[in-house]
Amino acid sequence: MNGSQRIPILKVGRVLVVPVQVDMDDQTVIGLQERILSELERTGARGVLIDISMLEMVDSFIGRMLSDIAAMARIMDARTVVVGIQPAVAITLVELGLELRGVDTVLNVDEGIKLLRAEFGANDEGDEDESGFGGEWNSFGEPSHLA
Amino acid sequence: MGSGIRLESRAISLESEHDIVVARGEVRAMAVALGFRLIDQTRLATVASELARNVVKYAGRGQMIAEPTEGTDGRAGLRLIFEASGRGIPDIPAAMRDGFTTGRGLGQGLPGSQRLMHEFKIESTPERGTRVTVVRWI
Repeated sequence: MNGSQRIPILKVGRVLVVPVQVDMDDQTVIGLQERILSELERTGARGVLIDISMLEMVDSFIGRMLSDIAAMARIMDARTVVVGIQPAVAITLVELGLELRGVDTVLNVDEGIKLLRAEFGANDEGDEDESGFGGEWNSFGEPSHLA
Repeated sequence: MGSGIRLESRAISLESEHDIVVARGEVRAMAVALGFRLIDQTRLATVASELARNVVKYAGRGQMIAEPTEGTDGRAGLRLIFEASGRGIPDIPAAMRDGFTTGRGLGQGLPGSQRLMHEFKIESTPERGTRVTVVRWI
């Protein structure tokens, strides 16, 4: 379980941002799923943005966990977006027969945030102001190899 | 294509979930060293992960052998052999069907892996064990 502690869960406005930067064993994946759900409950966040641009491989186990996270988050009234899937990973997922059911995928973090904000609506941004949102976001940074 | 450097075969024992991570990392490193392009590195690492997980989840323990190989046409390739003793797979055609699973498995592992590889062979002897051999050519 402790392996997942290496993966930060950042609250940015009403979105939980989860940058996955290490290859995860199965227990780490399960631990991460549990942590995301308890953070959703604790913070009342409305969106989950999982950045997997650093992941060089998504197998059926990780793929199904992403679908499960999206399904569970939806039950908790939150929407999940997976961003930054590498082209080679996308090709492999399709060949493997995985469709990431129920998961919205977008190319980069900006698009992910836009999608989630469109979902919450303009009047539902909680106590976060525009600049705080963007500022924190930039400190996390766009994966450079996507540029 | 390849670098011309002879690569040694590697055997990785598969006993825990962590070994799945080790196996896919090792396979990717070998694929890189052999000169596979990125998409094929990803295919090989993914298949290693799927099949190593099958060994750990269903047989409990076994091993993966990764060996550089050469085709009759001189093409370089990478062969992965997964071996596990145990009950074996009673119904291979069923196991090869998309969506088939005997447990809380994912039902994607075997047929999906076959689609990602050029060669795929599965041998199972009841009460003896199972061997899955896959090859991807450069």
